[in-house]
Amino acid sequence: MNIIVCMKEVRDPDASSDVFKIDMNNNTLVSADNVLKVVNPFDEQAVEAALRIKDKTGAKVIVLNLGHQLDLVVARKPLLMGADEFILLDDEGFVGGDSWSTAHALAMAIKKIGSYDLILCGRQAADSNAGQVGLGIAQILGIPCVTIARKIEVEEGKATVEKVTQDGYEIIEMALPALVTVSSELGQPRYPSIKRLRAANSIQPLIWKPADIGLEPSDTGKAGRRAKILRLYQPVREVECEFIEGETIQEAAENLALRLRSQKII
Amino acid sequence: MDIYRGIVIFGETADGKLASITREMLGAGRRLADNFGEEVHVILVGRGIQSAVDETFTYGADKVHLLDNPKVKEYQPDLFVQCAIQVCEKAKPKAFLLGHTDMGQDLGPRIAFRLNTALVTDCIDLTIDLDTKRCIMAKQVYGGKAQADFDCETYPQMATIRPKTMSPLEKDETRKGEIIPITIDIDDSIIKTRLIDKVNEESHGIKLEDADIIISGGRGIGGPEGFQQLEDLAGLFKNAAVGASRPACDEEWVSTKIQVGITGKIVAPRVYIAVGISGASQHVTGCSGSETIIAINKDKTAPIFKVSKFGLVADWETALPAFANKVKELIND
Ligand SMILES: Cc1cc2nc3c(=O)[nH]c(=O)nc-3n(C[C@H](O)[C@H](O)[C@H](O)COP(=O)(O)OP(=O)(O)OC[C@H]3O[C@@H](n4cnc5c(N)ncnc54)[C@H](O)[C@@H]3O)c2cc1C
Repeated sequence: MNIIVCMKEVRDPDASSDVFKIDMNNNTLVSADNVLKVVNPFDEQAVEAALRIKDKTGAKVIVLNLGHQLDLVVARKPLLMGADEFILLDDEGFVGGDSWSTAHALAMAIKKIGSYDLILCGRQAADSNAGQVGLGIAQILGIPCVTIARKIEVEEGKATVEKVTQDGYEIIEMALPALVTVSSELGQPRYPSIKRLRAANSIQPLIWKPADIGLEPSDTGKAGRRAKILRLYQPVREVECEFIEGETIQEAAENLALRLRSQKII
Repeated sequence: MDIYRGIVIFGETADGKLASITREMLGAGRRLADNFGEEVHVILVGRGIQSAVDETFTYGADKVHLLDNPKVKEYQPDLFVQCAIQVCEKAKPKAFLLGHTDMGQDLGPRIAFRLNTALVTDCIDLTIDLDTKRCIMAKQVYGGKAQADFDCETYPQMATIRPKTMSPLEKDETRKGEIIPITIDIDDSIIKTRLIDKVNEESHGIKLEDADIIISGGRGIGGPEGFQQLEDLAGLFKNAAVGASRPACDEEWVSTKIQVGITGKIVAPRVYIAVGISGASQHVTGCSGSETIIAINKDKTAPIFKVSKFGLVADWETALPAFANKVKELIND
């Protein structure tokens, strides 16, 4: 059984708003060196989902990572967690893409890999917050897809998935090969293992360029996108906070209640 | 571009009635269509949804494309995609809207990739560029730390719309429209995913989305016992519910169903009280529509205070009982 996990390198979404700056002239993030590069958290959960299946079935887990000047430390994290191989789609041509061009490139790479039973993606990227690439890949490959999963079981050519919904969950079945997007309700991803460090560092990535996966320059990245960012900005939403005080914490807390009452808030 | 006309909305129903998100999209869709002098189409797929069809017209639709069939018990992506494709082939719309709901999040990208067009998900504002006559779609990116205006350069321009961001029109009982049947053989061979079971895990009582007051706890609460105190405080009010940040859900102190934020619930109550929550953008995105935010946090520099009208810098374990007692006293007066 072969599982392919798609991952994206993102700037640490937990970085505080103070260090997070935007270049409004170029509609991009100022690549602040003090904001770490990390594996998109939902993609890490997708890696975890793959490894849980590997633990049971011995499946092979291949990680696909698309970008430009990808960080090898970030890219190797899934290997330290237990994945087997990684492929980097690393080229300047991939820069500036949208969900469309990204899904297209990943689907072409998956076709090149050829044999797969299950494809896993995070439910959405922490930077674009789009949530389209997984579904896009499935549409392009013509395979069934379930989104926002918290549990995946595979047996005898089919997958049974628990999909998170607003008020509960659904159990959905589909035939393999199939694609599933994974959500945080799956549970904490395992920690990278120091014991695997040497083995993981000895695994060398395959590096593919657009031409290697049959993509014309006009289909890739910025040239292949269908949605354009006109303006990227940080709306100012700050309100003046009235800090409620008192001699003691208890008194301050009571004063808060009184203040809210006098304002007819409670 | 001239061949593209009108706005298509993929509608949703709840208990046989038109869902609130669909009324909101009709408000936004109507304004766009009037600007172009064109029509609003709504797709409705389900069973026993005739009364929702009438409502669709009174809230602003010109045409309803309807598949009302006893076989359609639930949302089924493959079938719903086919319905959308059929309508788009006939109507050739300029824009196509869905709700950013369980259904729309799953269905929108499927339709976009089938139609070879671009989609902006979780859109919070829709405007028209007067020069290009195209829709501009705004959405939050980087977990709510920034916002971007998008131009989808292909037709139809698609978006999933975040609930509670667009205003519905006044109901107009005199409005009428045309029903166009969707003709599709519901053939099992097109169905690739099968729904085996659907489980509701929502706790009884007041739904988070409907609450007037939400009291949310974060990692600072430290465990399930603390959340009991928040429940007790909520119990003092008429229409209050307890929410949580993601870490509190991840730690299993509370059900994941009460997670507030970009990947949880988007709420906009009259009053939002955040206790032991730092105010990360991914959380604040889910509650910034609240009328008044109040924060209790021991760290004066916590970002939550930047979006709060009232703040209490305190250890919640000391502050909350005193606050709750005073509230009780005031409410009973
Ligand atoms: C892609 C992505 C999606 C996400 N989606 C969501 C989402 O939907 N919802 C969400 O909430 N988060 C989401 N997150 C997580 C988010 O980034 C933050 O990590 C999270 O909101 C922080 O939760 P918190 O404020 O409870 O915890 P922390 O940031 O750890 O803050 C705890 C706060 O409690 C205070 N505190 C501690 N002890 C006490 C005490 N005794 N008394 C008073 N105050 C105390 C501290 O001062 C601190 O400010 C997402 C993250 C990513 C990357």
